[in-house]
Amino acid sequence: MSSIKLRAVLALSGLVLACATQAQQAAAPKKAAAPAKKAASAPKDAVTAEFEKFREVMEDASPAELFEAKGEELWKTRRGPKNASLEQCDLGLGPGVLKGAYVRMPRYFADADQVMDAERRIVYCMVTLQGFKAEDLAKRPFSSESRTPDPVSLVTYVAGQSRGMKIAIPQRHAKEREAYKVGREIFDFRAGAWDFSCASCHGEDGKRIRTQELPNLTSKKDAIRAFQGWPGYRMTGGLMHTLQWRMNDCFRQQRFPEPGYASETIADLLTYMGVNANGQVYKGPGIKR
Amino acid sequence: MADPMRIRAVAKDGGVNVKILMAHEMETGQRKDGAGKPIPAHFIQHVSASWQGKVVLSANWGTAIAKNPFLEFNFKGGQKGEKIQVTWTDNKGDKRTDEATIN
Repeated sequence: MSSIKLRAVLALSGLVLACATQAQQAAAPKKAAAPAKKAASAPKDAVTAEFEKFREVMEDASPAELFEAKGEELWKTRRGPKNASLEQCDLGLGPGVLKGAYVRMPRYFADADQVMDAERRIVYCMVTLQGFKAEDLAKRPFSSESRTPDPVSLVTYVAGQSRGMKIAIPQRHAKEREAYKVGREIFDFRAGAWDFSCASCHGEDGKRIRTQELPNLTSKKDAIRAFQGWPGYRMTGGLMHTLQWRMNDCFRQQRFPEPGYASETIADLLTYMGVNANGQVYKGPGIKR
Repeated sequence: MADPMRIRAVAKDGGVNVKILMAHEMETGQRKDGAGKPIPAHFIQHVSASWQGKVVLSANWGTAIAKNPFLEFNFKGGQKGEKIQVTWTDNKGDKRTDEATIN
């Protein structure tokens, strides 16, 4: 019964944290055996340490699984104007092949002649196979109290199918290499009212927003944290979020114009960050505070 | 209708370890919506688990349990291949029962 207590305690600490959790890059799940190797200038604070403990307990029973289950049902059900399932959707390894597809995206898709990340590809399939309208899907693409959009559950399901696999985002096609280059430029691009870039917060060790430690996504050891833990179940509000949401919210925090949902810009950024994490093991959908 | 639970039951050392994830709002009734109106309480009040028709866990829950609750417990007895049934009932009378096979 200690687990009941644990969740109850977290519900309370969630209240405390609520005021400090406005959209941050949550720490990636790390086993106690391999504690985050932080720069000496940034000692792990108590809150972070406590949450790491909690995450460890929760890792094999994350509520993200509930969304995986929902996503699986959505994937296999005939839906949309064309009354089709997504089982013929090609995520890069052939129609209907899910194992390992998530850790190999973003990648170039010849049929769309574009580099696509997982969510962008799933939206593409929902449009081409099921007949949904891209504009409708882009209207309210992020989770809220009242609803979890279908692509969010679908991405969670697809991501779960790559649990424990190595990240291997391809850089063979010219457009994939271009996406990486453009992604890096976007990452370093300073603009907006605060003259910020992604690199302002994620280009150095030991940075933080409020209580939240930020990974240095340009370093080898932290690169995985752009990938690991996403899609993630957020304890605050209990919402499931994907990388599309994370990118959108980082743009908002930088006071940038809102990026298009499932757009090329996001695919390029995700290519840049994903390729940097190549070779590391993806542990599946995560849990965030 | 409520979404299905995820139940994992693993036999070890003469007992069974059960892990359950439930999809539920667990609304406390203390919060207000954007318009300032209270959001009505909606939470699981009772959880029970049975194995071979015998109740192995029965719990009364309140609003202090988080959204999408996770519950883990052990019970003695139980063999691989046998079934375990879990039921929750919430304060609106909604009910959900799911079954899992012990691994």
